[in-house]
Amino acid sequence: MTAIRILVGTRKGAFILTSDGQRKKWSVDGPHFGGWEIYHMKGSSVDPDRIYASQTSSWFGQIIQRSDDGGKTWSQPGSGGKTEAAAESGMPQGESNLFVYDSSEETGKPLGTHQWYDGTQHPWEFARVWHLEPALDDPDSCYAGVEDAALFRTTDGGVTWHELAGLRGHESGPNWAPGAGGMCLHTIVLDPADKNRIFCAISAAGTFRSDDGGDTWKPINQGLHSEHIPDPTAEVGHCVHRIAIHPSKPNTLFMQKHWDVMRSDDGGDSWREVSGNLPSDFGFPIAVHAHEPETIYVVPILSDSLHYPPDGKLRVYRSRTGGEDWEALTNGLPQEHCYVNVLRDAMAVDTADPCGIYFGTTGGQVYASGDGGDHWEPIVRDLPAVLSVEAQTLS
Amino acid sequence: MVRVVLPFHLQTLARSEREVRLDIDGKITQRAVLDALEARYPMLRGTVREHLSLKRRPRVRFFADGEDVTFEPPDAELPASIASGERAFMIVGAVAGG
Repeated sequence: MTAIRILVGTRKGAFILTSDGQRKKWSVDGPHFGGWEIYHMKGSSVDPDRIYASQTSSWFGQIIQRSDDGGKTWSQPGSGGKTEAAAESGMPQGESNLFVYDSSEETGKPLGTHQWYDGTQHPWEFARVWHLEPALDDPDSCYAGVEDAALFRTTDGGVTWHELAGLRGHESGPNWAPGAGGMCLHTIVLDPADKNRIFCAISAAGTFRSDDGGDTWKPINQGLHSEHIPDPTAEVGHCVHRIAIHPSKPNTLFMQKHWDVMRSDDGGDSWREVSGNLPSDFGFPIAVHAHEPETIYVVPILSDSLHYPPDGKLRVYRSRTGGEDWEALTNGLPQEHCYVNVLRDAMAVDTADPCGIYFGTTGGQVYASGDGGDHWEPIVRDLPAVLSVEAQTLS
Repeated sequence: MVRVVLPFHLQTLARSEREVRLDIDGKITQRAVLDALEARYPMLRGTVREHLSLKRRPRVRFFADGEDVTFEPPDAELPASIASGERAFMIVGAVAGG
């Protein structure tokens, strides 16, 4: 019997929504970590009950939480959930929230600087973890995309984190600049066909690819055109909002850029625009249908200055042709007076049949469609602003 | 015995009461209190002070005996009322945001 678990990160805590395979009746569990920002939660595909969560606060910094029972209970990795006794026995060491850029001679890169909003250079400063991407072959391994942009990895279940410094240390690093949300590494895509291939996206630097497991990186932004930067076709500096692949076609990537929806059919070496007939090609999330590699979804937002849907109508757009030709999906979604946004990590698909698709809004609604987007229903309407949504299909 | 009052979100993180009690040998300073706090509640490392540099996080303030001691040197002795346990050392999240 299939079950679906939706992991929802919000401005004020985490929520876990569960249903059977029918996806009609949902239970809502939470808030976990009430009052804290939960930027992202994601479960391991090897062990779905192993879930990593990024808990952050502008006051008290970054916390990594881990659940080994599908989100029922949580602890900081290494703590075993204990306090004094654990400390006396030498555990935990409080390392699970320690994210230090690697500037060591052996494995690191000099800390250096990146471009600030005003064009001056600014030192790299760790702020938070935006995205957690569990490895495809090991529940103890997980990647973390952080602000200021860098990639970290744990191989011990989140107890310790180490930077893959080749990315931050790329020669283009001094030209990277923060987007409005900070200079964040917000997307990590692991190639299921090639363990050594990793894609990352950074606002506002662009997309990068490693073919050697994260040691070295190359910018893959050829074909992107961003009129708001001094050189619209620069190698780096593009505000990529999200990239997505279908596991069966990992050489085809889809991208929602600041403006423009793009696709690549050569592993990111070149991109072409597929915005087609979208009412606006500005937006944040992009997702691929679980069973149809050429069916993709975006949520158009009016503009970079007006982060709400065109005409006050919340519409998901679906293309069954990998872009260019888009249809509005509106059944069950508010079609008047709607001014919410859908953030980059806040849309996900399950792998049930038919494919389910889910998204959360800054107004606290989480919508679900159990038929690939034809019909939508809210699972919950009044959560805090939703930052991230991930779907797990459990057997 | 030194008493320390934690802000709400650090209580939940440490799974502690609002006030925790710490045994500290030697001079009672800001640094000694925070060292003892982090030794007993390691999950609080990095939340009050930055890792490694041990610099106070910008939105965290310290109060002792009714005085704001946030900007006092970390090795300055805290008031006798804190050292004796008569009053609690307070760690406070700055008022900001919603």
